[in-house]
Amino acid sequence: MEDLIKRNRFSKDNVKTVLMDKAISIVLLVLIIVIAIINPKILSFRVLRDILMQSSTKIIIALGMMLVILIGGVDLGASRLVGMAAVVSASMLQTPDYVRRFYPEMGQLPIIVPILIAVLIGAFWGVLNGVVVAKFQVPAFIATLGSMLIIYGVNSIYFNMPPNNSQPIGGLRSDFTALGSSSIGPIPVIVIFAIVAIIIMWVLLNKTVFGKNIYAVGGNKEAAMVSGINITAIIIGLFVVCDSLIAVGGVLEAARTGGATNNYGVGYELDAIASCVVGGVSVTGGVGKVSGVITGVLIFTFINYGLTFIGVNPYWQNIIKGLIIVSAVAFDIQKYVQKK
Amino acid sequence: MDYILEMNNVTKTFPGVKALDDVTLKVRPGTVHALMGENGAGKSTLMKCLFGLYKMDAGQIIYNGQEVTINDAKEALGLGISMIHQELHTNPHRNVMENVWLGRYPRVGGKKSPFVDHKTMYKKTKDLLESLNLSMSPNDLLRNLSVSHAQSVEIAKAVSYDSKIIIMDEPSSSLTESEVAHLFGIINGLRDRGVSIIYISHKMEEILQISDDVTIMRDGQYVGTWEAKELTTDLIIKKMVGRDLTNRFPERNPKIGDELLRVEDYTSPNPLSFKNVSLTLRQGEILGIGGLVGAQRTEVMESVYGLRVHTSGKLYLRGEEIKVKKPIDAMNKGMALLTEERRRTGIFPLLSVKENLLIANLKDYSKNGLLSNDGMEKDSIEQIDTLRIKTPSTKTLIRSLSGGNQQKVLFARWLLTQPDILILDEPTRGIDVGAKYEIYVLMKEIAEQGKGVIMISSEMPELIGMTDRIVVMSEGRVAGVVDSKKTTQEEIMTLATKYVG
Repeated sequence: MEDLIKRNRFSKDNVKTVLMDKAISIVLLVLIIVIAIINPKILSFRVLRDILMQSSTKIIIALGMMLVILIGGVDLGASRLVGMAAVVSASMLQTPDYVRRFYPEMGQLPIIVPILIAVLIGAFWGVLNGVVVAKFQVPAFIATLGSMLIIYGVNSIYFNMPPNNSQPIGGLRSDFTALGSSSIGPIPVIVIFAIVAIIIMWVLLNKTVFGKNIYAVGGNKEAAMVSGINITAIIIGLFVVCDSLIAVGGVLEAARTGGATNNYGVGYELDAIASCVVGGVSVTGGVGKVSGVITGVLIFTFINYGLTFIGVNPYWQNIIKGLIIVSAVAFDIQKYVQKK
Repeated sequence: MDYILEMNNVTKTFPGVKALDDVTLKVRPGTVHALMGENGAGKSTLMKCLFGLYKMDAGQIIYNGQEVTINDAKEALGLGISMIHQELHTNPHRNVMENVWLGRYPRVGGKKSPFVDHKTMYKKTKDLLESLNLSMSPNDLLRNLSVSHAQSVEIAKAVSYDSKIIIMDEPSSSLTESEVAHLFGIINGLRDRGVSIIYISHKMEEILQISDDVTIMRDGQYVGTWEAKELTTDLIIKKMVGRDLTNRFPERNPKIGDELLRVEDYTSPNPLSFKNVSLTLRQGEILGIGGLVGAQRTEVMESVYGLRVHTSGKLYLRGEEIKVKKPIDAMNKGMALLTEERRRTGIFPLLSVKENLLIANLKDYSKNGLLSNDGMEKDSIEQIDTLRIKTPSTKTLIRSLSGGNQQKVLFARWLLTQPDILILDEPTRGIDVGAKYEIYVLMKEIAEQGKGVIMISSEMPELIGMTDRIVVMSEGRVAGVVDSKKTTQEEIMTLATKYVG
């Protein structure tokens, strides 16, 4: 290790340094190749399409998460917000003839209405998170730890309302589940959602004043303040976008799986954070690209899927994922160490 | 209009301290106006009032003939007042143009549009950089630029606000001589355009060279304003400290003894860093290390101290070879290093003066694994008294002390480890004249005890005035060793540029 640091700190045009820079990508690529060698069937169109569909909601959630990481924070509430958006949208989109309807008397709502309600709920939590972080200066880690618990509590109360009484929500309308499972030509609809989210986020971060200001606040808050940027507005704004995206992710999860419970989304926040980090979003803020996040999610989902596919024990999968996350950050930090 | 800016009768009180007491500052258009005073004299506070970062308790700002109130930085910038802070306010991860237009990006199709107009931004930045004779590209990432270039970006930003007044807070403190010359070129260009510069610096020679007017403050009060040509270094010092400082350096009668430390052929694994550096330090000697910023002086010394690696080279203590791989090895061999960046690698801002004093030496106060508070308190008080550290108590947080007093605490920290070899890296940077003198006296006393002192310094007068010999480095190599009594600033400069270019 010391040898690595030595080399890293001093040699610029060193092949080893370059390897080091890309070390995590290389390790992951090797892992993918190993999986593919053990079971080449993973490279079939069907499986790849499946991985892509699984990645879609994760990309949407990770893109939201990225915004908070860009200012050096993290949104721990993402998991429970996915659950809330899934439950709320699913509760209003059941078929009329389903026996255990959440709202037995409710008529057919236009599909957009429940989805909008779910997304607005996301935006609402975004405002709350943003205000707590920006106005009251509570670190995002703590603020969203609180909102994670509160959202779960609120969602569980909603989920437990009679007549549902905490029964899993099922019998979803086909026009709703189609969002998660149908295709236009060869392309799954859910992938189209992800592509739209990617385009929106890319434009937002690279072409708009708001996006540039997010990088500015993340890279040097003082400088942003002195330059007259309204930091409060930026932070609230980015939480709104983040939590709205996460809510969209939750809605799509309900559509994709054809159901919802209050425990939907558990662990998604960690997957999102891990994907961002593996994709080169710096946890200290100010650095990160949309393309990196997409790569991070794809690699992560592939490995996740692949390990199950080749029959690796799930306990081992957790160990492998944990190692990937920690080493990704460790390698990332080395890049900055060498700058000294 | 005689003045572009008048600040009249400005008063500002912080809890327990009157930071500004009836201060006046009048700046003529198209001039460089130096603002001088010891640390804690209130220069920065005054500038922060002007820039809207502090609210004045009383006083008046007349700008461009009209009385104005400035509530925040944005209003100041809107009026045409910008400030270049001592610690650069750039975003290292973004490029030049985004840093320049931060907060005011040109937009595609009108002011309300959410989209950034990259083409216009690029062009405007390019024109701006060209008008200031800056060579970088609008697309260069800030983290790839040198400190001096990053600072130029801040200046370009200030100019882009169409500023009538640019405040520069110690802009030259981390620049090399040639970079300072470049900075002065830019400043002169701005002055010709009618921009006024308020220039804060501790470097007398610079002030006399660049400024038209000089305002001097002392202890939060206004001392006076003079034209620079009426002043000399001695006069400025006299007005700043309010007394005559007959000697800037204490008298020394060095008794040089045997060789204490010998560095032989130190080479860094980084080809751009130091190579084949050899030097010796003798007992009772103060050895200077001179050279331009970037000559790798700090790197060599940090390597000797075990903070950095070296690929070849040997180290001898009193003629015996020793191995130093980590700072603790160096400490065990009787070395101490006072690092260059006090705030970053020196003080623990959130710990008390006492804890800061004792942190390198805690094991001496430990009995059966527990620290004895009585001994710690006693030694702290003793150090505070001997070094005349101005602090309300041993429990005061070190960050509330002035820079000079913080530096004394760090000095005391290393003296408590009873080193035989004390390495000082820019020990007087950013400290006021009075505290400097006290630091010099400390150095002299340490040397008189037969110990060896190595001082890296970028200030020629102190290098020549305080040391016995000077090792001059240039581009990572030793360019020569000179006798401090016989050498001149010119000789040192010539050596320092020996391998440049």
